[in-house]
Amino acid sequence: MVKLRNRPSLSQIYILLVLLFLYAPIGVLIIFSFNNLRSTSVWGGFSLRWYGELFQDRQILSALYYTLSIAILSSVISAAAGTIAAIGIHRMHPIARKVILAINNVPVLNPDIVTGVSLMTLFTALRLRLGFTTLLLSHVTFNIPYVVLCILPRLRQIPKEVTEAAMDLGATPMYVFFHVILPEIRSAIFTGFLIAFTLSVDDFVISFFTTGSGVNNLPIVVYSMARRGINPKINAVSTLLFITVFCLLMIINKRDTNIQKLEV
Amino acid sequence: MKTVASRETRNLLQYPYLLWISLFIVVPLVLVLWYSFTTPTPTGSYEFSISNYRRFFEPVYLRVMSRSILLAIEATLICLALGYPAAMIMVRLGSKWRNTVLLLLVLPMWINFLLRTYSWMALLGRQGVLNQFLQWMGLPPQYLLYSRGAVLIGMVYNFLPFMILPLYTSLSKIGKEQIEAAEDLGANRFDVFRRVIFPLSLPGILTGTTMVFMPAVSTFVISALLGGGQDMLIGNLIEQQFLSTGDWHFGSALSILMMVIILISMAFVSLTDKGKTFEEGNLW
Repeated sequence: MVKLRNRPSLSQIYILLVLLFLYAPIGVLIIFSFNNLRSTSVWGGFSLRWYGELFQDRQILSALYYTLSIAILSSVISAAAGTIAAIGIHRMHPIARKVILAINNVPVLNPDIVTGVSLMTLFTALRLRLGFTTLLLSHVTFNIPYVVLCILPRLRQIPKEVTEAAMDLGATPMYVFFHVILPEIRSAIFTGFLIAFTLSVDDFVISFFTTGSGVNNLPIVVYSMARRGINPKINAVSTLLFITVFCLLMIINKRDTNIQKLEV
Repeated sequence: MKTVASRETRNLLQYPYLLWISLFIVVPLVLVLWYSFTTPTPTGSYEFSISNYRRFFEPVYLRVMSRSILLAIEATLICLALGYPAAMIMVRLGSKWRNTVLLLLVLPMWINFLLRTYSWMALLGRQGVLNQFLQWMGLPPQYLLYSRGAVLIGMVYNFLPFMILPLYTSLSKIGKEQIEAAEDLGANRFDVFRRVIFPLSLPGILTGTTMVFMPAVSTFVISALLGGGQDMLIGNLIEQQFLSTGDWHFGSALSILMMVIILISMAFVSLTDKGKTFEEGNLW
């Protein structure tokens, strides 16, 4: 391996192969979403027929509706609740903060399937019928922790003296929040909102266990269609989902110059 | 000096969230734990029992368990074997290329894993791209999809970036001086790798291993789509218990088991990595 150092061509080929391995399947998927044939492997000319069929498919249209409404509602709620939670956590006693952050991290680290089934048991115990409400509650639950993790580092950057000075000068806590804290963390809140939105659009496993009564999001429809076999309509939905998430990521990336810090 | 006003707000804001996470994070897990330790009695009530846990040891479930863990280990090792050279090469790339490659590696992690998995269905299917290619070469078509190999490919494909990124992070932290010092002291390339680079990259190896192993051992989608549901994994078993069989008690015990496996692998990392990977802020 160390030998590669003197032969850059070989190492470049290796990296290219790794990237090819990562991108070729997705590339093929996208290309065949524009296929005129029913096949996902024989090219029959360019066409948008599968995209056209998407918009006649009631199941997909209803899933699109639920995906977007759940994503918008859950990300707005999570951003608002996460902001308040983050400020509260920031002011907590260090030991209490450690505990609450540990619980906050549970949905981030726990396998989605465990989060999914545990929420499912909760909703059943509460006698809530699985459907829109439970789906929304679940999405808010797995989104808030990410918003909190987004905002906390920014809160730490606000010097304590600044808020204390404002207080000493007679500002009410509300005034301090709107005129001192909020301007500082506004962009972190928006990044948190976008991450929450992206996670919500993208979620399959937790939604799969916490929804019912005909309320399905796009990933669930993709899964149930894919279980029945290959279908170019899935390619078309996938391409649309891919483009949406890609655009959201570009926005998040552009906004957050500290993104390198966020990467593992 | 803390003012009275700030003290008042301090005591209020975190309570709604405390209530929320208690209800939606803690209580559900307690419920799962409760289910896992109870069985329904004929009278309609529940009684304490460890029979759900005892069921693991029935040969059918032991096979599922060992299959899941073995597949996850295989996927992890393949990712490590593919990812280590890639990470080493990346460290040596010029900074411009390095950032491009990094971005290209992060990006697939954000493509829905359902889509990533489905894309392999279209490649491996009976009428898929790979079979078309085989036929074009004059070879007979193969049954590639719905096999153990397909599940393994799906896992490697989905989780390879999770291996490369931590490896890259720890390899890029190794100072040039350390390698040069070893070379000056007469170590050949193999010795430099074995005695300097490899030991210093261990935290990355452990983090990457965990980050591949955890999702691989808990997946049910990859095996359902690419394995065709023949070879069950723990994830499929949990899904089945909750959504079709309806034995939530056994399903809960399986979920607790999965959490324990994940906790053990995380503790493993935090021992060596001092928790850096899972610190707040590391969202990606």
